[in-house]
Amino acid sequence: MSHISPEVEKKLGLAVEKMPAFPKSVQKVLELTRNINCLPRELVGVIEKDPVMTVKILKVINSAAFALPNKMTSVNQAVVFLGLNTIKNMALSFAAVGILPRMNTAGFDVQRYLMHSLTVASIARKLASQQVTGDVDPGDCYIAGLLHDFGKVVFAQFMPDEFSAALAYCQEKQVPLHVAEEAVIGADHTVVGSMLAARWQFPTPLVECIRDHHKESGHSAMGDCLRMADQICRYRQFGDSGNPYRVGEAVIAPQRFGDDLDAVIASLGDLDHFVAEAQSFALVGTE
Amino acid sequence: MKIRFWGVRGSIASPGPHTARYGGNTTCIEVRSDAGELIIFDGGTGIFPLAQSLLKQLPVSANVFITHTHWDHIQGLPFFTPLYIPGNRVRIHGAYDFVSGSGIEQVMNVQLQYSYFPVREAELRAAIEYQTLTIGEAVVLGDATVTNMLLNHPVTNFGYRVDCNGKSMFFSGDHEPWTNIYAAGDADFDEYQAMIDARQAEMEAFLKGVDVLVMDCSYTTAEYPSKVGWGHGTFDGSLELAYRVGAKKLVCTHHEPTRSDEELEKVFADLLTRVPANGPEVVLAREGMEIEW
Repeated sequence: MSHISPEVEKKLGLAVEKMPAFPKSVQKVLELTRNINCLPRELVGVIEKDPVMTVKILKVINSAAFALPNKMTSVNQAVVFLGLNTIKNMALSFAAVGILPRMNTAGFDVQRYLMHSLTVASIARKLASQQVTGDVDPGDCYIAGLLHDFGKVVFAQFMPDEFSAALAYCQEKQVPLHVAEEAVIGADHTVVGSMLAARWQFPTPLVECIRDHHKESGHSAMGDCLRMADQICRYRQFGDSGNPYRVGEAVIAPQRFGDDLDAVIASLGDLDHFVAEAQSFALVGTE
Repeated sequence: MKIRFWGVRGSIASPGPHTARYGGNTTCIEVRSDAGELIIFDGGTGIFPLAQSLLKQLPVSANVFITHTHWDHIQGLPFFTPLYIPGNRVRIHGAYDFVSGSGIEQVMNVQLQYSYFPVREAELRAAIEYQTLTIGEAVVLGDATVTNMLLNHPVTNFGYRVDCNGKSMFFSGDHEPWTNIYAAGDADFDEYQAMIDARQAEMEAFLKGVDVLVMDCSYTTAEYPSKVGWGHGTFDGSLELAYRVGAKKLVCTHHEPTRSDEELEKVFADLLTRVPANGPEVVLAREGMEIEW
């Protein structure tokens, strides 16, 4: 069982406060909020595409300070409870922290990470609503997709030397990135991501889903949707979040989705618009 | 139980001949429990005349509940004279502010800054306590219990319910009924609608059977479409709410600052034509008005 030292845990936990958001969302939030009549749904649409802003908002509203009766898992829920103006001002304060650089010092491409997270999020939501209706909330699957690799951005931002070594190890030994992280850092991004999600008081199923997404078995319906979406993104090469390790064609959760990967992909219909949307959000504003 | 209205105006104090009868002071409501516990909702400019009346009853033990921290609900607090007199005890309750990350204690120190007010907080001589409330937290004050519910306004706003020996009242502070930010047909419309329907149901359960319902009735139905998102309710929306929850009396407050007494009465007369036969008694809040039961 991998674990991280209390010192590193503390360092990473505090670090997220200082983490900048993604260029496109910062730019769009500033642009939209200059207009007093900006459409609430447009603002939500921007915030929910940025893992950093989403995390920061959910972290604040789920905090013990307010003791909400139920944990919040979506930006829309946050707007219903706290009102658009509060969410708008929170987003503006996060925008003021700055923007994540396109490539950070660890050599991690944050745009590709975002592209991957957004595409996995959209596909996981679609899988949940189309194929496992009733078992799982599609909105939670979206958040799971958006945040499943969040540990990598935290590593890249706050432990750049160690993470850079893990990225090199993964290329050199031809192993998956999480194996390389475990070997080099002593814990992989699932441990860090789930540790942070737990600290932010996210609901337990979401924390477990982030923690277990590289495990072979024992997955919830949400976990299966996430892993299936991840597999589809890799197979179709929609972005790889820094992990070049290729996946096989054997469906990751055949008991739920059947055993023909191409058939699962075909059943989702046209995925190009998800990809195009994620691409434009991830890449614009970086030049 | 007794309620007295010291400030009924919304947004900005609006004194003058056109508002002389209903009053120009911003929000402040005094509630007395059967045993005489003093509960004050909001510290708008109406808290100043209330303070004058309390000087005859020293020492004062006051429980102030702030619905939200917009100016028209707090700007009278530095003029709440009992704060300056040793021997008085004032406890100020309110919500946590998500954006600033501060509790209700900031309500005084943001106002008592050198450039804006001559007295520093340290110079206030009464025993002052701040209590930042969590959602739904009950505060027991002798024979009365005050509970809150998070409502919908551009800043965190608590509506408060007071229960005392089987009698009850509720004050909304500023509240706009939840509206869907998506258009019918948008992917997120249904999910969002389900969430706001749940909030509305929760509010109605919270208000069920309340004797006196004091609501933000800033706008008429005709005015509302150009004010969506401003965080205020309407006369008709409040009447329908009062009817659904079985309130005995509806008090319409937070009068729009540009609305003259004559205009207010005209709007109100029009509203009365729509009160159902078995509906609540409906009154307009007026400075100095008392309700005792």
